[in-house]
Amino acid sequence: MSLRSPLGRVLGSGSAKEGVDHWWWQRLTAVALVPLGIWFVVAVISLVGAGHAEARAWAAAPVNMVLLIAFTAALLHHAQLGLQVVIEDYVHNEAWKLAGLLAIKFLAALAFIWVVVMLFSAS
Amino acid sequence: MANTNRPLSPHLQVYRWQLTMALSIVHRGTGIALCAGIPFLLYWIRSLTSGEAGYYEAQAFFASAFGQLVLLVLSASLFYHLCNGIRHLYWDLARGLDLPAVYRSGRLVLVATGALTVIAWIAAYLAPGGGA
Repeated sequence: MSLRSPLGRVLGSGSAKEGVDHWWWQRLTAVALVPLGIWFVVAVISLVGAGHAEARAWAAAPVNMVLLIAFTAALLHHAQLGLQVVIEDYVHNEAWKLAGLLAIKFLAALAFIWVVVMLFSAS
Repeated sequence: MANTNRPLSPHLQVYRWQLTMALSIVHRGTGIALCAGIPFLLYWIRSLTSGEAGYYEAQAFFASAFGQLVLLVLSASLFYHLCNGIRHLYWDLARGLDLPAVYRSGRLVLVATGALTVIAWIAAYLAPGGGA
């Protein structure tokens, strides 16, 4: 038996059944970003004042490439999930909301591809 | 249509300011600030793998007054969002949700953010070629 009203069913309102997915990925990336974020801060500080050759060698080391790609992947996914909520909260015009949501998702994907290409074009 | 004159929540203009709501707003604010910092992250990663000129151009940018201000805002935002994010994850375990604990963890987040920011900047300035 459904507790939903006939009007609500006709209007298609109600859960999109994806709320848990958003919540879960936000937590999953958050947990990943705790160690990865600390690693990133330590890495940036360790590279302060480094010369070009040293910085390049650091970015070409496999372990640093893996962690940097993992960090940006988790960061960009977490960022666009967070921005999605901000847009949904504050942008009430449907067209602008849709445009904003599409833009942040495409930009996050492009930024990730860009980082991978940058790191691999160097080595 | 529904009655649009119904009470809405929260009425931030008439709500008494509390630490908990301020920390919640700052969490969202620092999240947005960190998103605005992503272009700087991409610029930094590109500089690592670009030629010598591109690398030293980025180094000069981050050493400039504007670059240092950007890094200060981003580092403080990152440490706040990290500490308060851990607080949120702790809440997700259904722990620390009573009022005294929420205030205690909130003050701890503020102290930890300040301490981590100061430690990170001291470490960066004491690094070889860090400017100290």
